[in-house]
Amino acid sequence: MVFLIRVQLREDYSNLIFYLSPLVAVALTLFFGSFIFLILELSPIESFKIFFISPISNSYGISELFVKATPLAIIALGLSYCFKNNIYNIGAEGQLTMGAIFGGGIGLLFNDSTSVFLLPFMILFGAIGGAFWATIPAILKTKFNTNEILTSLMLTYVALFILDYFVVGPWKDPAGYGLPKSMPFPDAGRLPVLIDGLRVHIGVYFALIICLITYIIYNKTLFGFKLKVTGLSSKASQYAGFKYKNLIFYTFMISGASAGLAGLFEVSGPIGLLYRDISPNYGFTAIIVAFLGRLNPFGIILSSLLIALTYLGAEDAQLFLKIPSAVGFVFQGLVLFFLLGTDFLNKYKVSIK
Amino acid sequence: MSIELIIGILNIVLISTTPLVFAGIGELVTEKSGVLNLGLEGLMLVGAVTGFITLVITGNYFYSLFLSIISGVILSGIFAFLVLNLMTNQIATGLALTIFGIGLSAMLGKKFGGTPIDGLNPYYFIVISFLLVFFVAYFLSKTKTGLIVRAVGENHNSAYALGYNVIKTRYLTIIFGGVMSSLAGYYISICYAPMWQEGMTAGRGWIALALVVFATWKPWRLLVGAYIFGGVAIMQMNLQAIGVKLPGQFFNMMPYLATIIVLVFISSNKLRLKLSAPSSLNIPFEKNQ
Repeated sequence: MVFLIRVQLREDYSNLIFYLSPLVAVALTLFFGSFIFLILELSPIESFKIFFISPISNSYGISELFVKATPLAIIALGLSYCFKNNIYNIGAEGQLTMGAIFGGGIGLLFNDSTSVFLLPFMILFGAIGGAFWATIPAILKTKFNTNEILTSLMLTYVALFILDYFVVGPWKDPAGYGLPKSMPFPDAGRLPVLIDGLRVHIGVYFALIICLITYIIYNKTLFGFKLKVTGLSSKASQYAGFKYKNLIFYTFMISGASAGLAGLFEVSGPIGLLYRDISPNYGFTAIIVAFLGRLNPFGIILSSLLIALTYLGAEDAQLFLKIPSAVGFVFQGLVLFFLLGTDFLNKYKVSIK
Repeated sequence: MSIELIIGILNIVLISTTPLVFAGIGELVTEKSGVLNLGLEGLMLVGAVTGFITLVITGNYFYSLFLSIISGVILSGIFAFLVLNLMTNQIATGLALTIFGIGLSAMLGKKFGGTPIDGLNPYYFIVISFLLVFFVAYFLSKTKTGLIVRAVGENHNSAYALGYNVIKTRYLTIIFGGVMSSLAGYYISICYAPMWQEGMTAGRGWIALALVVFATWKPWRLLVGAYIFGGVAIMQMNLQAIGVKLPGQFFNMMPYLATIIVLVFISSNKLRLKLSAPSSLNIPFEKNQ
């Protein structure tokens, strides 16, 4: 007997499958994840409890969940503009770093300031720094036809070395025992926390506001419509007379500004100063968040919480299960693999004859 | 500077650059067939840790090399299945592979960090890396199969219409790239270091990726480029040692900046872009269309 697998493009495009596939991907990740725990001779149920439930079983944990989810959500919301437009900005990590350098630089420059305007200025410069770093690939793409995937990726590493230069060089804290870190920002340059004693900060509100604005832009404005048309068919968009080059610019600047904002929130919020490793790969992980959230603003908020949980779970796993915290990356990688894989069923109909 | 010092520096450059040559030449072949694999860093780390663990457990260099290669075949095979059969986005899939590989290698290697091993002599691998570049250059420009690889990378629809199996060709080039990345990782953990440490490839996967673009997808230029990148990194340490006041980070960002400049140069002219970059790079092949 011979089985033939037939693959056909779906004509009956299904919204249900589109929004269900992230759940399927998460379920498959948990299923395969339990095998990984079994291989490590750990009980999967106990391990999952430590990984996904105990980190958020108290107020400190929930606060930390929001601390981690905030930058992921803000970056991913910005990236969704690019990805909707089929522009692959994968340099959010670099734009985040630039935002931290620009905004943090303002904080260090006015380090004896007590003015209420200091923080807004830092936030503004954070966004400008990120947007500035994102316009470089945008200019190269529109003027010289350069592949934005490669340039935005390369610029990430350039930005990381620039930060490194500042924290071991001109911005090094003279009273910091020679450690590669800057002086702490003045109190006026610190992001207010929402609840005393916890680290969750007002960045959460920014994430929610950006989410709402993004929802409105995508559904109620001409700009959102242009993005949608260009993403679906660049030819149709050309016929309609939309200026593709402008769209590239705007989407890059929006995503860069968001990443810069997230970077500034990290350094002026939980961290409080500049040093080398300000981001545990948020800029790259946010790409997963954006895809997992289906480029939908509310979906991104949900997926940012889920991915933030993999960071927290990984920290607890290191403490209690004695496995490296990098196990979180295994889950992040798996969930993206499965999501991309299940998308296939969304686009194509598979039948066995 | 004395002769001994110069020879010493050249020796260090030779030893430290070889992983870039391995990973770069593999990615070059993958990209020549039209597939962009951003998973190099993950492949290298898993290749490094598999080889290391096998060596610690069995004490046999052949087994460790073999399993390291197998890890590359499996991981790049998964990548190939996703991007070729399920037509997933190559960028996202490659990033997933890197993130997964960083995590997996750290987990597998947890118990083996700091275990001492007898390293292999790096010079075998250095010689092999030169031979590989020669082999790939010859394969791509002088053999029929090499021509098919390039045809698939230039225009997969035409190649398909001519009767070439696009999917099979790309499977093979992706797996070749995966194996080369594992070898690069194996070299780092068994010859160069020799030890295992979490994240020990230290971004070499990304530099290898830049290298392919810097070399405008040409094998011999890749070899030269690898030694320029490797040389700059070593030069930085030595210049600092003799008291040159340029910040080291400036040297570290050179490969990335140079790659951007090359990219701008080749992309700004349509003909030049066609002559250097594979036209179908990062475009999924859909038979049904």
